[in-house]
Amino acid sequence: MNLLQAVRLAFGAILANKLRSFLTMLGVIIGVFAVVALVSLGQGATSQVTAEIQGMGSNLIVLAIHGRGGMDSLTLSEAESLAKRPGVGAVAPVVDGYATVKFATESSYTNLVGTTPAYAVVRNHFADRGRFLADVDVQNRLPVAVLGADVAERLFGDMDPVGQEIRINGAAFTVIGVLEPKGFSLGGSSDDFVIIPASTAERLLRRQGIRTVYLQAETAAAIDMVVNSLESLLQLYFRDENAYNVFTQAEILDILSEVTGILTLMLGGIAGISLLVGGIGIMNIMLVSVTERTREIGINKALGAKKRDILLQFLVESIVISGVGGFIGMILGYGAVKLFSGLFGFTITYSPQVVFVAFTFSVFVGIFFGLYPANKAAKLNPIDALRSE
Amino acid sequence: MIRLEGITKAYQLDGVVVEALRGIDLEVKEGEFVAIVGPSGSGKSTLMNIIGCLDTPTTGKYWLKGQEVSKLSDNKLAEIRNLLIGFVFQSFNLLPRLTALENVERPLIYRGVAKKERRKLAEKALERVGLADRMFHRPNQLSGGQQQRVAVARALVGDPAIILADEPTGNLDSVSGKEVMSLLRELHAQGRTVLLITHDAEIARQAERRVKIFDGRIQEEGEVGL
Ligand SMILES: Nc1ncnc2c1ncn2[C@@H]1O[C@H](COP(=O)(O)OP(=O)(O)O)[C@@H](O)[C@H]1O
Ligand SMILES: [Mg+2]
Repeated sequence: MNLLQAVRLAFGAILANKLRSFLTMLGVIIGVFAVVALVSLGQGATSQVTAEIQGMGSNLIVLAIHGRGGMDSLTLSEAESLAKRPGVGAVAPVVDGYATVKFATESSYTNLVGTTPAYAVVRNHFADRGRFLADVDVQNRLPVAVLGADVAERLFGDMDPVGQEIRINGAAFTVIGVLEPKGFSLGGSSDDFVIIPASTAERLLRRQGIRTVYLQAETAAAIDMVVNSLESLLQLYFRDENAYNVFTQAEILDILSEVTGILTLMLGGIAGISLLVGGIGIMNIMLVSVTERTREIGINKALGAKKRDILLQFLVESIVISGVGGFIGMILGYGAVKLFSGLFGFTITYSPQVVFVAFTFSVFVGIFFGLYPANKAAKLNPIDALRSE
Repeated sequence: MIRLEGITKAYQLDGVVVEALRGIDLEVKEGEFVAIVGPSGSGKSTLMNIIGCLDTPTTGKYWLKGQEVSKLSDNKLAEIRNLLIGFVFQSFNLLPRLTALENVERPLIYRGVAKKERRKLAEKALERVGLADRMFHRPNQLSGGQQQRVAVARALVGDPAIILADEPTGNLDSVSGKEVMSLLRELHAQGRTVLLITHDAEIARQAERRVKIFDGRIQEEGEVGL
């Protein structure tokens, strides 16, 4: 008996018991569907996070000061002076906090970032209406504000905020610009904040000193050198390596992609388990089927079926169930990925490898879980099988 | 064609040994029509299953076409059943899911005959047993007599040298029984070796030669007309 013939016989047996075959298949369909959909979701999250981190600014180095004793921050000029160190392109010191921002009757509690003009370059976040901070704003502690896109939208709606007067924690500020929208990020919206000059922020928040500094290395190759020189400088300054933290974009990326990688693996693992359960379902039904069809097996053996023929017949049956199930699951999974990314404007990476692996795995599930029942059928003694009722 | 020497078969049932066959010596020549007669439980079916290579004897030797069967592998035995032997069982043993045609095609599938050729041969076999108009019926849509005729068609479709029929009329009314018997006689007339197993002396009389079996032993042999 050749393979084509075995496939024909398998389809015959499967169609003879449509509902049961379908329910058995459903286990595999759900398994493969879950693998394809969840892993795509995970991979989508990974690529989104990667894109986001890379969009934070190129060659970015973040310096976080925790301080030690009375020395808990850098002064603005100390922070600015870091720009003179070799390999450093630009420096954006940040004084941050929260503030209530008001315009007319609209009010919003949001993040306040006090910084310098370099911030736009270092964080790759520019004004798309009006202008960003200028040196004069910082030098003269001017009450000017650049709004994140979300804040502008909340306070002003369709109106142009540039030139309007708002109140931040009660003090009057003039809006000089609105930032380009960046969309969602890990920590929520990247557009939900207000930028004012660092000097103004120190006074407004009644807090002296810089705790966060964003630096841009001149080149990617200079990053390590800058990090090392910053660390030795800060060690000299604070004499405590717990007082500060220097990390780079690449490090953040590493940590986050590790997290999302684990997430993807977990999702895939859970989905894989459901595929395994589907396989056990196949084995269960195939065992029942072998018992039910013992007499049929006996008759076939009397008519000259060899062990190999019976084995092939049952094995192909289980492979067809799992393969067809896998194919349907694959299509559904692909459809779900498309639908999901369409509905939520989420970039979900649809990777052909995942689909291929899930489908191949489902076929292997069919072989693996079909082998035992098929072998059981093939080993039946013809006369015992014929006698069974 | 068939030669048995000192064949015994013992079954172990809950520690009790049942001796179904107690030393059978039998020779059947090519082209013979032999009836094996005996009361129920005398070991007829056990004997036929051994002759048909469905079962193996406990002791004794069995030559089929000069080959000693006990030395053959399972695969070889399957091949012998497929090429050399056609079975007709008392309970028909058709596959209920399949049409008459598909049932008759089955032995040819295991022989590796191509689909078209298979269909043609199966159709011809069904025509021969007078069921040309029932090819696409399933067993449960056929009468007992028709089902047994399908079984005969299945037995003859592969053109085997030996036909083994175990109480082929046992489940049939007398008219259907006669039809099946006349088919078997026809197969014999074409030169096939036919082994008919029955407990019915009337039916056995239609064979050329009768072998009486009782309690697992051959009692007497009779020639045609006795
Ligand atoms: N599988 C078996 N296990 C135990 N005993 C069996 C088995 N098959 C047949 N026998 C016994 O062997 C004897 C002969 O059986 P069988 O060949 O079927 O007789 P017949 O076909 O002449 O009616 C009977 O006593 C029967 O109970
Ligand atoms: Mg019997």
